[in-house]
Amino acid sequence: MSNFPLGNIGGTPTVQSDFARPNSLTGGHRGCQGCGEALGARCAIDAAHQTTGGKILVVNATGCLEVFSCCFPENSWSVPWLHSLFGNAPAVATGVAAALRSRGQDSIRVIAQGGDGATYDIGMGCLSGMFDRNDDVLYICYDNQAYMNTGVQRSGATPPLARTATTLPNKSYLGSDPQTGKNLPEIAMAHGIPYVATASIGNIRDLEQKVSRAINIRGSRYIQIHVPCPLGWGYPTAETIRIARLAVQCGLYPLFEGEYGKLVGSTPVEEPIPVESYLRPQRRFAHLFGKNVSANAVGVLQNIANGNMEKYRLNWEILDA
Amino acid sequence: MPKPFATVLETATSLGNNTGSWRTMRPEYVNELPPCNATCPAGENVQLWLSLAMAGKFREAWEIIMRDNPFPAIMGRVCYHSCEKTCNRGLFDGAVNINMIEKSIGDIALDSGWILPRVTSSSGKKVCVVGGGPGGLAAAYFLAKLGHHITVYEAHANPGGMMRYGVPRYRLPSKIIDAEVKRIKDLGVKIVCNKKISHLKDIINDFDAVYISIGAQVASKSDTVIKKGSCVIDAMDLFQKLEDNPADLAHFGKKVFVYGGGNTAIDAARTALRLGAESVKIIYRRTINNMPAHETEISDALMEGIEILCLRTINTVDGDQILLDKMNYDEEFGILSKTGETEVWQVDNIIFAVGQTLDTTFFDGISDILISENGAIEVDRNMMTGATGVFAGGDIVPGKRSVTNAVGHAKKAAKGIDEYLGGASEVPIVKNAVAHFKKLNTIYFKKDKRTNILRPLNLSFEEILPSYTNDEISREASRCFSCGNCFHCDNCYGHCPDNAIRKQQNGSLTVNYDHCKGCGICAAECPCGAIRMVSEEK
Repeated sequence: MSNFPLGNIGGTPTVQSDFARPNSLTGGHRGCQGCGEALGARCAIDAAHQTTGGKILVVNATGCLEVFSCCFPENSWSVPWLHSLFGNAPAVATGVAAALRSRGQDSIRVIAQGGDGATYDIGMGCLSGMFDRNDDVLYICYDNQAYMNTGVQRSGATPPLARTATTLPNKSYLGSDPQTGKNLPEIAMAHGIPYVATASIGNIRDLEQKVSRAINIRGSRYIQIHVPCPLGWGYPTAETIRIARLAVQCGLYPLFEGEYGKLVGSTPVEEPIPVESYLRPQRRFAHLFGKNVSANAVGVLQNIANGNMEKYRLNWEILDA
Repeated sequence: MPKPFATVLETATSLGNNTGSWRTMRPEYVNELPPCNATCPAGENVQLWLSLAMAGKFREAWEIIMRDNPFPAIMGRVCYHSCEKTCNRGLFDGAVNINMIEKSIGDIALDSGWILPRVTSSSGKKVCVVGGGPGGLAAAYFLAKLGHHITVYEAHANPGGMMRYGVPRYRLPSKIIDAEVKRIKDLGVKIVCNKKISHLKDIINDFDAVYISIGAQVASKSDTVIKKGSCVIDAMDLFQKLEDNPADLAHFGKKVFVYGGGNTAIDAARTALRLGAESVKIIYRRTINNMPAHETEISDALMEGIEILCLRTINTVDGDQILLDKMNYDEEFGILSKTGETEVWQVDNIIFAVGQTLDTTFFDGISDILISENGAIEVDRNMMTGATGVFAGGDIVPGKRSVTNAVGHAKKAAKGIDEYLGGASEVPIVKNAVAHFKKLNTIYFKKDKRTNILRPLNLSFEEILPSYTNDEISREASRCFSCGNCFHCDNCYGHCPDNAIRKQQNGSLTVNYDHCKGCGICAAECPCGAIRMVSEEK
């Protein structure tokens, strides 16, 4: 994990610590207090902006990010930005990239972005098509693990046993079924596209490096950023970064990179923690710690974390490509 | 441009949307008191000079130390560094070695010959300082900087007081004292040595104000019965002989006992070892954990082969034999009692180091001075005694006794004297809250052990402790957590989801309350606890 602050105390300065950073997503947006997605979006797009010298164009899917950043007549984006529908951001971005290419302007890099609902569920078909054609687009998914904008309904990214408005736990039901859900970074890797990575706002230095690397690769690229949501997950607004950090430290959110379908590197977890330290502060998992719940419930999540540790070699140094 | 159908508003950036109105809590940058600064008896701004030392700005760091303490090189050798005991890094991976950094910076200043700016103003007031020890010299320094004319009277042949006659040379070489005292002389302070002022009334009318820092000079009495006591020597006499007439100690004994448990006892024992003693034993009445001596001093003494006989008192000294009473000590209630057992040892010399008290005859004939029951001079918050214009500090006033405390008293008294002589009245400083460990976010610090330095075993009077190299100073200073004060790491700026922290080109950080929603991420992610969330007033 990032042991260093964002500026020049002990590490290399980040884009986010630069006094002249682009602020692609400006202030005055209507994201909730402590919104992880707003921070994740600014970090990612600023890093892309800095790397390309501002030659970027962003296509946005419907979702929290789109809704809170462009309430008519205001707009919070200081980069060229386009919104169409919930499910078609990858298709629109494909079109934008094709148009730029036909005009000989393919030095302008195209980014498509959306939440986990638009990515995992509603836009999945368009996204898979974009990967299939290896269109020259970087797709960034801000993963807050449910449909937050419409009132915290379960999405394909919702973790097992989490409470959402549509998976309310009761005596015989412990929240989202462990047998459901999908792993989109793996699905993206299965398409054999040039670059896939996961990142977290708990480690902005790592996030920026991944975006900077991905933005100049040609072909389809996919980056998924873990962005905790204080409202939907139920934790105090000040803890957004801490929760993101804990998710990585316990192994439930592995940070890794893949190229052409192969795992090529992962961000090591220096001091792994039990998943309970990550789950306990969140109300969406509070029912797992009630009186009459078997310890096995947390064990299910711990097993997933242990599996990730092994699968993504989180205890290892960066692997050779 | 005509607006689309049913549209009344102009499109614009969201920057005009003042989301600050959502806020119930507001972040504020604070300057809290780091524990090191809070506990320093001399009131040094430790954190500030550490940050300068980290940046390699040793001259600036030295100037900051010199604001509060004229003896960095001496402090780095003799101060008991309470700062390190309270250092928050101690709860993480070992306190910052503040003492060693101070010593190293002090040495760089002496080696480079850095001098103080000349005092150009003159108040025309004459102040007398009685006692040329750390307190007296420091008072002279602070007062001279304010433009007063200072005369220091010192009873011994050389200035330095307890720094010279209370600390052995292997801890503090004479040349260091000479060099740091010279800097004070160069400010225009007149130091008159070999002039003992026996009575305050002799000089009180010759000066506008007097600062008394004569120390506690009389050896405390113990209950020991001394039948034939030619082998008994007081620790202070030993140190003084060693300094002024070392020849007297040519035939110092081989079997030496030291009576006492403080730092002076340890110093005396280690001195005896260096004078050629073959066995040195310290006799202390309580257990080793209760010894008032500093931990590192005790461990150094043990390393040099000194034995500590705990739970014993000396009952009788009779020629070359001593009779010890074995004691019981009840840790819980702090009660000391005799067990009834005794033991007899053969000795060549016994050094008494059971403390000193004040010689109150100095104040005879001055009626307004209040002397408390335990023999300390009562002073007010400006260090003024009951007698107008007479100020006192150091070991003669109540409180802890150390070189650093004496400097702290001197600083306070200098302000008091200046005010008394018509200088600007001191606005009482409201001390900020102390930045405790729980206010920090230590996830942003890497575990990094303190820069240790080898302390070779050396049983001569040569100085034992080496200095840090310049790189080591900066490295060790960079371990400072900057508790309670922003160190410009940009975590708040980078982590704010609402761009509500503004950063200027020069690195300064401010909150933009128009956009700040009060989520508190900045405060939670601040490594040094320099941001506080406070409730919005209605």
